[in-house]
Order: sequence, then C-alpha cells, then structure tokens
Amino acid sequence: MSLQLQNIDHIVGGEPHISGINLELEPGSFNVLLGRTLAGKTTLMRLMAGLEPPTRGRIKMDGKDVTGMSVRKRNVSMVYQQFINYPSLSVYNNIASPLKLAKASKQEIDKRVRETAAMLGIDHLLDRLPLELSGGQQQRTAMGRALVKDADLILFDEPLVNLDYKLREALRDELRELFKARNCIAVYATTEPNEALALGGNTAVLHEGKLLQYGPTEQIYREPNGILSAEMFSEPPINIVPGHLTDNEITFDQDIHFPCDVALRNLPAGAYRFGVRASHVSLQPNAADDLELEVEVEVAEISGSETFLHVRHSLFPLVLHLLGIHTPKVNQRLKVYFPTHKLFVFDQQGSIVHTPETRGGIQHG
Amino acid sequence: MNNKVYNNRAWLLVLPMLVLVAFSAIIPLMTVVNYSVQDVLGPNASFFTGTEWFRTMLNDSALQAAFGRQILFSLIILAIQIPLGIGIALIMPKQGWQASAVLILITLPLLIPWNVVGSIWQIFTRGDIGLMGWGLRELGINYNITRNAGDAWATIILMDVWHWTPLVAMLCYSGLRSIPEAYYQAARIDRASKWAVFRYIQLPKLTNVLVIAVLLRFMHSFMIYAEPFVLTGGGPGSSTTFLTQSLATMAIGQQDLGPSAAFSIIYFLVILLVSWVFYTTIMHLQKDKNSQGGA
Repeated sequence: MSLQLQNIDHIVGGEPHISGINLELEPGSFNVLLGRTLAGKTTLMRLMAGLEPPTRGRIKMDGKDVTGMSVRKRNVSMVYQQFINYPSLSVYNNIASPLKLAKASKQEIDKRVRETAAMLGIDHLLDRLPLELSGGQQQRTAMGRALVKDADLILFDEPLVNLDYKLREALRDELRELFKARNCIAVYATTEPNEALALGGNTAVLHEGKLLQYGPTEQIYREPNGILSAEMFSEPPINIVPGHLTDNEITFDQDIHFPCDVALRNLPAGAYRFGVRASHVSLQPNAADDLELEVEVEVAEISGSETFLHVRHSLFPLVLHLLGIHTPKVNQRLKVYFPTHKLFVFDQQGSIVHTPETRGGIQHG
Repeated sequence: MNNKVYNNRAWLLVLPMLVLVAFSAIIPLMTVVNYSVQDVLGPNASFFTGTEWFRTMLNDSALQAAFGRQILFSLIILAIQIPLGIGIALIMPKQGWQASAVLILITLPLLIPWNVVGSIWQIFTRGDIGLMGWGLRELGINYNITRNAGDAWATIILMDVWHWTPLVAMLCYSGLRSIPEAYYQAARIDRASKWAVFRYIQLPKLTNVLVIAVLLRFMHSFMIYAEPFVLTGGGPGSSTTFLTQSLATMAIGQQDLGPSAAFSIIYFLVILLVSWVFYTTIMHLQKDKNSQGGA
C-alpha cells in the first residue's frame, strides 16, 4: 500500500498546525518523522491514521481517496508515547483484542498472539495484567497489539521516549528488524536525530507544521537543504558562522580570512552563512590549512564517553563534539581548529548553496 | 551499630491530635458505652445491668423490622444510584462552558440542607399544592404518601436518588476525565464498539472511584434521618421508620438512655462491619484478579 498526502493543511482553533504538506510514502517503507516538540508530528500522524480529517488537502491510499474516511474503516495501528493497553485484560487478551474485533478464528488468534509475543520477547508474560509489567514490557505489549494485525499503516508516536536508555536502544533495533519482513508502511515520530539515524529508512524533517525535507535518512544528514534542516538533524547543533565570500576568499571578519574551496568560486560574492559540524571542529589541527581560533570555554556537557564543548570566540559561539571526556575549566582559554574545507554554505534565506563532499561512512553529530 | 536517639518528646507532637480525637470521638463514645451497661433511674440512682440492654435490643421486633427496612433501603438506592451516576457521568459534556454549566446544575441538590430537602419534597408531593402530588392525581393515579406505604417508599427513594446521585455522577466524572485521550484513540483504531470501550477501558479505570462512591453512599444511606423524618415522619404506620428514627424516639422521646445506648453501639458496629467486609472483599477481588491475570 502507498500513502499520499497532497497539499495538506490542518488548522485548529485558527492556528495552522500543518501547512502545505506533500508527501508520498512507498509500500514497505520505514519512515521517520523528525522534528522538535510542536513541529506537527503527532498531528500529521493523526491525519494519516484518519483520527481526524485535514482542514484542506487530500489523503490517498493506493491512489484511492480516503480523506474523510474514519479510522474505523481503515486498517491502521498506532503505538503511543504513553503505554496504552486495556487495563483489565491480560497481555494475551490485549494482543488478541484487534483480532477478536476482526472476528478471527480461535486457533488463528492463538497462533498469531503467540507468534507476536515470542517476537517481542514477552511470551512468558501472557497471563499478566499490564500494570504488573515494567514500562518496557508494557510498551512491548502495546506494540504487540499494533503488530498482530496486518495493518497497512503502523504509526509510532515517540514510543520509546518514556523508557530508559538501554531498553530504548534494544527495542529500537528489534523494531527495525521486525519491519524488514513486512510490507506495510511504518511511520515513526521522534525528536532525536540520532534515533532517526539509527532507524535508517527515510526521514521527513518537520518544522512548525511544514515539511522541510524528505528522503533517505543518510542523504538528508549529509545533504541538508537548508539551515533549519541541518540544525534539526544534528546533535549537538551544527555551528553557523556568518561571513562574506569574495573572489576566492572567505572572510568572517576583517581579521579572519582564508582561501575557499574551488567549488565555491562559482558562487556570486556576498554575505553567506557557513555551517560546520560540531564533530569537525577539534582541539588539534587535522589539516595544514585549519583555522586556529582563540576561544574561551563556556560549558562542557559530558554524555557518556563524549563531550559537547561549548566555547566562545570573540565573534561567534562554537560547539565542539569531542570523543572522550574533557573537563576544561570555565573561562579557560583554548585553541580550537576550524576546518576550512568542510563548510556547508547557506544563503541569507537559509537555503543550501554548497554541500561539502563527504568521504567514508556516516559520522554522528 | 545502633546509634538511634530515643526521645519521647516526639509524643508531644501527637498530643494535640490525640486531645482532639478524645473530645470528638472517644469520650462521647465512652459515655454511650457507660450508659449501655447501666440502668439510670435518676441523677444519683443507677445500677449495673451488664449485657441486658444489648440482649433486649437484639430481640426487639420493632428494631429488627427497622433494621430490615434500612438494609432494603440501602440496597435499593445503591442499585439505582451507582448505575445512574455512571450513566450521567458518561453523557456529561467533556469540555467548554457546557461542562461547567452541567457540573453546577448537577451539584445543586448536594448544596441543599437535608431537612430542607425533606420539606421541598413534602410540599412537592402534596395533593393540593404540590406539583408532583397534584400532577399524579390529575393523571388519575391514587397517590398519597401519608396513607400508602408503597407511595411513601417510592417517594423517599426518588428523593434520595435526586439528592445523592449527583455525588456518584461527579465522582465518576472525575474518574472518566483522568483517562488519557490516547486510550480512546487506540480503541477507535482497534475499531472497538462503544460498549467495549466502556467495559474494557472506562469501567476498569473507574473501579477505585466506584469503591469510594459505594462506601460513601452505603454509610450515608444507612444513617439516613432528616429527609424521611421531615417527609413522612416514619409513616404511614412504621413503614418508613428507619433505624435512626427509632433510636431518636427511644433516646430523646422516651428517655430510655440505657437501651438506646446499647442500640447505638450495635448500630455503630454494624456500619463498621459492613463497610469493612465490603472494602476488604473488593480489595481481595482486585488482588485475585491481578494474580490470576484473567487470561
């Protein structure tokens, strides 16, 4: 089944929640909706499911218009951020509930419930009530309810947010495996770029109800089409430095200028914004033409075995993504090295005009 | 390693509460206990009777009849008010000004003093000037609460339903509002029927407030006094004389302090016992359900 959204607008109480979204999801695809809170991810999912009709625009499934069709007549399932199960039914009956409502035979139900439960690793808990389970097990049960019927469209609305870190990684990997063998469209909403990268598939970047970019996840990471998309898709956020491009030089200020890449010479001279990934700025020079900048430390965020180092240059702030744990003192003076050939170039409107060539595999952050 | 500091001054903190409870509950109750084992003939003349008053009271046929009526009354109003309260809560508007308006309207009966409720219904049911009494008579129904015991019972039950169903409805309404919207969405996605939503989402989520509602309504209806007293005065005959009224007549009307004290204690223990049995049964049922898993 394919799903098409055509010129979707959704207005609630006079405020646009979704504006002008066009999106086509292919059969058997795994799609990530990436955006901050209030970007419109949940609203878009509700529209896809048919829980409410859009204010304007058409929704088509396999080319057939289903815009006003109620969710009851569609074959969809959904997993929520909260763990939603029938409180008085056992895990078995919870997973069986969509099949019972679809009037499947007893043997069929039993077979499918046990298969699904085994797949999710909760087959030893079938007799328990949801409230007697841990959060991860409750969410697996909810996923079981969503997966047991052969839905055409499965929606995951930040399903792993309320789980602890380890469990989140484990479930995320399992989920990706589960969908390899299926032919339904999966849509997965998340606020975390790293989660999108881990899930792969396609990503749609949403911002304030608008679709910024849609395509294969890695491609979007490598080639964001604008500052917003680049910011949304990097953790820590990409560094943006305003500057000027002249004949063959980039100037950040009168004092800082360096020769630019050959590819940039075709661009008209003028003011641009230059983006550089946090992981590309470092404490040691990596290339002869790296720019040495004198900075002051603001704060060091340590996450696991990585450090996000926030520093201030006299002209602009920078974030460094460093491996290992670094604990410089606040206000300490440091020298950082800024690569001059790994620059994204955005015009004044924020659209991309130049993407640096990337070699090798994907680098997080 | 036991280096805890033992300090009895902590008791001082409990003292104010203890004094309060002593004066509000323990001392009055002990006075009643004191009366129940004595025959008080005058200010300085009383003698110990032991369990005699208790035995007399338990064998009193008028009291046994009142007890039976009391149980019947409580069962009937529970059977009507609980389902009706749930039903009203389900159809109440969920948001906007309509929700506030309905909430205010529905709580009005709860704000009326109990004997005023009795007076309102007494006038309401009069055949000459009462809207209901007159209306029923005009329809050709022979309705008279001072002569017909059935009419009296029906009216008292109707009055209690009118007065107290709002409490059950409000408790259920608050229970329903606490169910996250996602449950209803999930049910719609599952294509569950309205009945299934009620049976498998709303009712289980309401269990706790329903236990409270049943307990409150049971205890209160079992102690009902002012409303039927004002409405029917216990009549016709003794057909609507409930336990509280028998007790008041005996203690205040006839000044039989000994027997009425014994009777008060029995009454108190019955309410305590029924509430306790009810509460533990419900809690056990829930625990059993949990451990069996209901598969």
